[in-house]
Amino acid sequence: MTTATAPPTPQSRPPAARPPKRRSARAEGWSRRAPLLPALVFAIIVTQLPFLLTLWYSLQSYNLVRPGSERFVGLQNYVDVFSDSTFRDAALTTVLLTGGCVVLSLLLGLGLAVLLDRKFAGRSLVRTLIITPFLIMPVASALLWKYMMLDPIYGIVNFVLSPFGVSDTDWVTQFPLSSILLTLVWQWTPFMMLLLLAGLQAQPKDVLEAASVDGAGKWKTFVHVTLPHLRRYIELSVLLGAIYVVNTFDQIYMLTSGGPGTASTNLPFYIYQRAFLGFDVGQSAAMGVVVVIGTIALATVALRLIFKSFDVKES
Amino acid sequence: MATTTAAPAKRPATSAPPARRAGRLGGVALTVLTWAAGLVFFFPVAWLVLTAFKREVDASTDTPKILFTPTLEQFRNVFDAGLWTYVANSAFATAMSTLLVILLAVPAAYALSIRPVTKTSDVLFFFISTKMLPVVAVIVPLYVITQATGLLDNIWTMIVLFTAMNLPIAVWMLRSFMLEIPGEVLEAAEVDGAGLLASFREVLLPMIAPGIAATALICVIFSWNEFFFSVNLTASQASTVPVFLVGFITSEGLFFAQLSAAATIAALPVVVAGWVAQKQLVRGLSMGAIK
Repeated sequence: MTTATAPPTPQSRPPAARPPKRRSARAEGWSRRAPLLPALVFAIIVTQLPFLLTLWYSLQSYNLVRPGSERFVGLQNYVDVFSDSTFRDAALTTVLLTGGCVVLSLLLGLGLAVLLDRKFAGRSLVRTLIITPFLIMPVASALLWKYMMLDPIYGIVNFVLSPFGVSDTDWVTQFPLSSILLTLVWQWTPFMMLLLLAGLQAQPKDVLEAASVDGAGKWKTFVHVTLPHLRRYIELSVLLGAIYVVNTFDQIYMLTSGGPGTASTNLPFYIYQRAFLGFDVGQSAAMGVVVVIGTIALATVALRLIFKSFDVKES
Repeated sequence: MATTTAAPAKRPATSAPPARRAGRLGGVALTVLTWAAGLVFFFPVAWLVLTAFKREVDASTDTPKILFTPTLEQFRNVFDAGLWTYVANSAFATAMSTLLVILLAVPAAYALSIRPVTKTSDVLFFFISTKMLPVVAVIVPLYVITQATGLLDNIWTMIVLFTAMNLPIAVWMLRSFMLEIPGEVLEAAEVDGAGLLASFREVLLPMIAPGIAATALICVIFSWNEFFFSVNLTASQASTVPVFLVGFITSEGLFFAQLSAAATIAALPVVVAGWVAQKQLVRGLSMGAIK
């Protein structure tokens, strides 16, 4: 930042003689860039350099418990990854969990947002209650669900369901994916609700009034006026939600450890297992690279969307 | 919509009072429904906190107990088990990384909004793409690097990683605040002949102070709750609160009340911060896209 102390701006605006101008244009460029550089350099070093190493490791046979075992194996790790059926299952689980969580949270969040977009007694208190699951530390929330809610003997869920003949279901073991999904939806619904509620509240009131004067029913107004208005907010919620949910690790680690077997193992958890329980650096690095490539493909589409909704051209 | 155009002429005259009464009844029903939804969502949290005040015998019962003699015993146990060290680690890592994020992101956001560099959107694209890359893809090299350099289980490693994790959000968010500052304000400062740094400090900084606060809040939430890096890259020296929670189950066995007390304390700071700053939350979570 200290490099930016000699600002050429005031003097360099009016056109001066040729050569000085070119030099000051370059100085101007650098004085603009200077404040950006620390953050940019930091981000590149911390996020990109390790990834280059991941690329390198993915071409090695390298096991942490056998130091010195490193050797170049070319694309062998990738061949192994693609013929690994657990990897494919984990990919499928990732898609199911992410898709399921985003869709369910979005629908629930939309419903709650509509309910909260009215004036009623205790509105801000109810809003506060509903956002709490999002603020709770994910590890704590996983504990809470596993032991207080879903425990087969002492859990509240079985207690509540006991009049319906359900009393000794071991939810986490018998329905691992649904249990994780439940925890995730509980956590992410408030997130969706907050963004969508902001969208509802940004809706111009006169448009709604015009619709009701026109005699459009509440439902018709919602479908034809409110939903199109919300579109940008829905896209944004889905995109941001998906970015976070795709990386879900805490809940799986706490609730099921990916089990039983590999029934609830998603990609982050599988890669973690290969790296820290199997100590197989080469394999897990190759998986990481494959996941990144997949993410980039999805993200390119998603980013185009986000840029549209953020109006980046503003500047 | 076209089919209903004939109706409104007749409706107000004949059916206004019943409709209004039905509307009010419907309103009450909706309010009750909203409250019920809120309570259902909050119930697990309430149960967790309630259990934290129970004795173990009251916590593990076939029929959940609502009436019991409250005790602080569990909280005492949790702190006796060494929670303070972890809280100190979490607090230090959260505070330092948030400070670092702000120090890096404020100038960066400035260079992407007020005096923009030429390739603003490319840079923004880069920042957000780092947020999309799965962290698992870099955990192995991070482990190997930190092990080789003796930085494994070091709190500064956590600080650097938390900073990298929150930097993109902060840059986007702060930029959205800076874009809102009217151009005339900045031009006036320039005409005054104030240097770049002086105009930044005296004009810009006070105006974006609320934005900085909101950004810091988001960074605090994500850092305090972070688990993946902490569980993989710390062992004992630098472990944070989530790691304590995990270790607590394995070392102490399953004691519901005690576990609840630990989880309550672990979650409390961020929950309170989020409650207090609800308005900023929306803006932060949408990375500044929603005001």
